Amino acid sequence: MNFLETVFCGVTLKNPVVAASGAYGFGRDYTDFYALEALGGISCKGTTFAPRLGNPPPRIAETAAGILNSVGLQNPGAAHFIEYDLPWLRAQNTVIIANAAGSSVEDYVENVALLAAADVDMIELNISCPNVKEGGVAFGTSCASVEKIVSAVKKVCPKPLMVKLSPNVTNIVPIAQAAEAAGADALSLINTLTGMKIDVAHRRPILHNNTGGLSGAAVLPIAVRMVWEVRRATQLPIMGMGGVTQWQNAAELILAGANAIQMGTAIFADPYAPLKVIYGLAEWVEREGCNNISELSGQVRPW
Amino acid sequence: MRQENARILSHEGIAQETYRLVLHCPQIAHAAQPGQFVHVLCGTKPLRRPISICRAEGDALTLVYGVRGEGTAWLSERVPGEELNLLGALGQGFPAPASDAPILLVGGGIGTPPLLDCAHRFAAPFDAILGFRSATQVILEDEYRAVCGAVAVCTEDGSHGTKGFVTAPMQEWLAQKKYAAVYACGPTPMLQAVAGLAKELGVPCFVSLEERMACGVGACLTCVVKIRVSGAEDYLRVCKNGPVFHAEEVVWA
Repeated sequence: MNFLETVFCGVTLKNPVVAASGAYGFGRDYTDFYALEALGGISCKGTTFAPRLGNPPPRIAETAAGILNSVGLQNPGAAHFIEYDLPWLRAQNTVIIANAAGSSVEDYVENVALLAAADVDMIELNISCPNVKEGGVAFGTSCASVEKIVSAVKKVCPKPLMVKLSPNVTNIVPIAQAAEAAGADALSLINTLTGMKIDVAHRRPILHNNTGGLSGAAVLPIAVRMVWEVRRATQLPIMGMGGVTQWQNAAELILAGANAIQMGTAIFADPYAPLKVIYGLAEWVEREGCNNISELSGQVRPW
Repeated sequence: MRQENARILSHEGIAQETYRLVLHCPQIAHAAQPGQFVHVLCGTKPLRRPISICRAEGDALTLVYGVRGEGTAWLSERVPGEELNLLGALGQGFPAPASDAPILLVGGGIGTPPLLDCAHRFAAPFDAILGFRSATQVILEDEYRAVCGAVAVCTEDGSHGTKGFVTAPMQEWLAQKKYAAVYACGPTPMLQAVAGLAKELGVPCFVSLEERMACGVGACLTCVVKIRVSGAEDYLRVCKNGPVFHAEEVVWA
């Protein structure tokens, strides 16, 4: 019995555990540990139309049960990804999600048109990166701009379009609804929360960018809450993420309403963490007496 | 590169806030090249700590590290018999010498350990200049004397060896003897001075760099340093492209 196979907006994932964008590069770096076909999919490093150098280091700081990063979308550009990484990735027998970022509506449109025409299974629209000056989260925090960019991108995107939402908003529900109204096929949430850490002895922020995006176990309760809120406001498939370290965390996101989940930060401490979560979820589904994990999605019993 | 559970064979303080950890870690020890590092899981910390390999010999791996924060403080409390979870051996180490011409090692503070294995495992003759803030921080002097020709130790306050920085003996030695290369590791200002001096005297120089790191395997692009690659500046990863870089390619901040 296949407890974990998940059809996510028309794309079949062998299990609902996907490597999160930014944490996993383009997949090559983890192949010494295990074959990538063990994963449900890979959301590739955020890619822009033109290559980007990213922010000056330091780009990482550790916090209580989390990390702050300010990489700033360093990437070799969409054309390089398509030429050098995608053919290799395609041969790994896993679902490929291209994560598309940009700095203007035109830039996003040009980028998504190029990426969606390539041999990827899905596009994740990154309108929630907190570490770039232009674009990124600026597009993801007002309903009007979300609607504008999603509808523009949708016109050039023949592949399923998943919009990645920022938690750095007063209310995530109208943002999710704006994305749905503009034609999003799925939602992924949450991106990182903007944070800051100061080196007291030197009176300096650890990150050269001063602020960065918080991820890791610390953000899980926020992710669970936001998935739960968004699930009640839309029928779109949801990929939940934020602080999944063990299968119970993934189960929380599934029960809150996610159809699949992503993992990022936990992989830094344990490269095998996604495999352990996959194993734990399969046992959970069987123990619950279900035939498939989809039967458990949204099945939290709120008070 | 692999994950391995390493049993602690011995663990001792060897200078102020500085520890020597010997691990039974056969797979990584056999794979390790001089200048590579391991990524050590520190309890429940979200990030591993990158620690350079001081010595790989048979099934044993020796790490010498300084206590910098919560992760290394946790590490310093571990006792023989306990196991540590490592990723390794990671990164690009120092280049194997192409000839039997001598090589000069220049180490500063907690940057001295990763140079030691060069002298043990490469066939070329080595000399070493080691610099520390003061006598309480001096480490590995006997170990370097055992495998190098000439060894100079400097301290900033003059409490041990010669008073001053590593660049003073370095200038003298490079003028007196024909070295094939300088291999250096230490604080950035020292590396920049060492690289400048080597360039001035026309000796190739390789430096081992450090930056705050997350994944350790090349995926996350956090531990970058600015490197000039065929004329253009790019951010390269200390964990994958380094930690050792050709000094002339480094764009010093």
